[in-house]
Amino acid sequence: MASSFMSQWVYTDTVKDHFMNPRNLWQENEDFEPDGVGEVGSLACGDQMRVGIQVEDGRIKDLRWLTYGCASAIASTSMMSEMAIGMTLEEAYHLTPTMIMDKLGGLPEHKFHCSVLGDKALRAAIDDYLEKNNLPNPYKNKVAKVMCECKNVTDVQIEELVKSGKVHTFEELQELTGVSTVCGKCRNRIKEELEELLHIYSK
Amino acid sequence: MRNVYLDNNATTPMAQEVIDLMKDNVELYGNASSMHRSGRDADTAVEWARGEIAKLIHADPKGIVFTSGASEANNFVFLTFRDLIDEGYKRNRIITTSIEHPCIEETSKYMNQRGYKVDFLSVDRSGKISLKELEEKLGDDVALVSIMTANNEIGTIQPIKEACALAHRAGAYFHTDATQAIGKIEVSVEDLDVDYVSMSGHKFYGPKGVGVLYARPGVPLRPLIHGGHQEHGFRAGTYNTLAIAGMGEAARLAAQSIKEEHDYLWSLREKLRKGIEERIPNVVINGHPTDCLPGTLDVSFPCAEGESILLYLDMEGIQVSTGSACATGSLEPSYVLLACGVDVEIAHGSIRFSLGRYNTEEDIDYVLEKLPPIISRVRMMSTRKEQK
Repeated sequence: MASSFMSQWVYTDTVKDHFMNPRNLWQENEDFEPDGVGEVGSLACGDQMRVGIQVEDGRIKDLRWLTYGCASAIASTSMMSEMAIGMTLEEAYHLTPTMIMDKLGGLPEHKFHCSVLGDKALRAAIDDYLEKNNLPNPYKNKVAKVMCECKNVTDVQIEELVKSGKVHTFEELQELTGVSTVCGKCRNRIKEELEELLHIYSK
Repeated sequence: MRNVYLDNNATTPMAQEVIDLMKDNVELYGNASSMHRSGRDADTAVEWARGEIAKLIHADPKGIVFTSGASEANNFVFLTFRDLIDEGYKRNRIITTSIEHPCIEETSKYMNQRGYKVDFLSVDRSGKISLKELEEKLGDDVALVSIMTANNEIGTIQPIKEACALAHRAGAYFHTDATQAIGKIEVSVEDLDVDYVSMSGHKFYGPKGVGVLYARPGVPLRPLIHGGHQEHGFRAGTYNTLAIAGMGEAARLAAQSIKEEHDYLWSLREKLRKGIEERIPNVVINGHPTDCLPGTLDVSFPCAEGESILLYLDMEGIQVSTGSACATGSLEPSYVLLACGVDVEIAHGSIRFSLGRYNTEEDIDYVLEKLPPIISRVRMMSTRKEQK
């Protein structure tokens, strides 16, 4: 039926391209021996990501990934894989969702959540590689961002607490770290961050 | 590219007959409440439509109240009982189910937050309520029972006649949201004995923005929109004449063809179901195997995520919907599937095919050709490989 209104696709052309032709997928029959593997996400929020890396001379030589996730998750991980290959571990560790999103030409606001898993899985893979090879991990605390200035609590600390299952609610987080018990300015910011982390690491 | 529209539970295209009638009457500008000729012409159209809709559901035309859609009709009923309770009605509890459309689910939550009492019936794996649970929950404090005729996501049809009899025996009024059932299965007010029915024009090949609340003459009703004498003062606002006439024509067509259409849609649905089960390993069919809307098929593909499937199908011109969280913008998958006790992962991987009057056997063949490679592809990319 005829109409004078024509829609664009849901996402940008770049997202569409990566969705239709994902790069560096981890094929089952492929002989890819990873030096480090990271997995994040949970089925509760419908996103799970696995990243495997090969490291040579302190650089990401090659990378493969798999995802149980939506179009944004597929496209942002595919884009992340292209960006990360060739980077030094330090550069790769500092890849952010915003950098990936910019390369994709943007994602709708409610889809931001889907793009944060790729770089998290990549960092987890680097952590895994360093740990397996008994190498020091100089990046982990450097990327940390102070979330509560009064109590000097970083996002990495909060993430660790959620990951290890020690924190399930904002109240538990306050009890353990004292966040947002002094000036309270960080309250909303931390609540948002916590909600995100709980979704990623629950189950 | 072929265009295969399989999202008829979201909305249907208008029937050609409806389009023709609306085109022919697009200059019918009179206000149906005016006494002069153009007003009377518009009023004739409204009353004709009222009669056709009443015939479709075997109801008294005097009980038909035009609204902007089924969401308004459902709010109308619930907020009527809120007002009744505020006025000191001796009964103050409402019973509904955990799988109603959001316009009832959210209205119920809104009322609960404000101190009213709305209880939710559970459903089994197939989406059916238990009459026993309803009987146990009923009491002399229950004012209203509201149960949808058929579910929009999984298509499960509820035992409305039996549930209504139980409610009436306990002295409660009975409402059914029949939005998805109208035009697909017979909904007869006479036979079911229900007091209120909600429906929407665009779910059965009529226009959008128009719906009906049927309220049996004499049952409680309080205006939702104040400010006019239209619909006996229950629903103010100038009549949306053209849309109402279009809905009337859609009702006339539905009444004519309901039996043939039911059988036709069920045969297409079964062809699709069998084809999927034959061609794709490890699939889960949601909803009730037989007490199901003829055109609705809800399927989960474990290890594959729903939004990706939806968008790969869209690239092939096949339009469906999903219960995955990703498609809704929230982080939770379909609450209907979760209420049925379906595993979260299965819910995220659900696809709803909803067939309609204008789908053909060739459409189904096309889906059966395009779907299997898409599922293998999404599963190949997935972190989840285990067969559950």
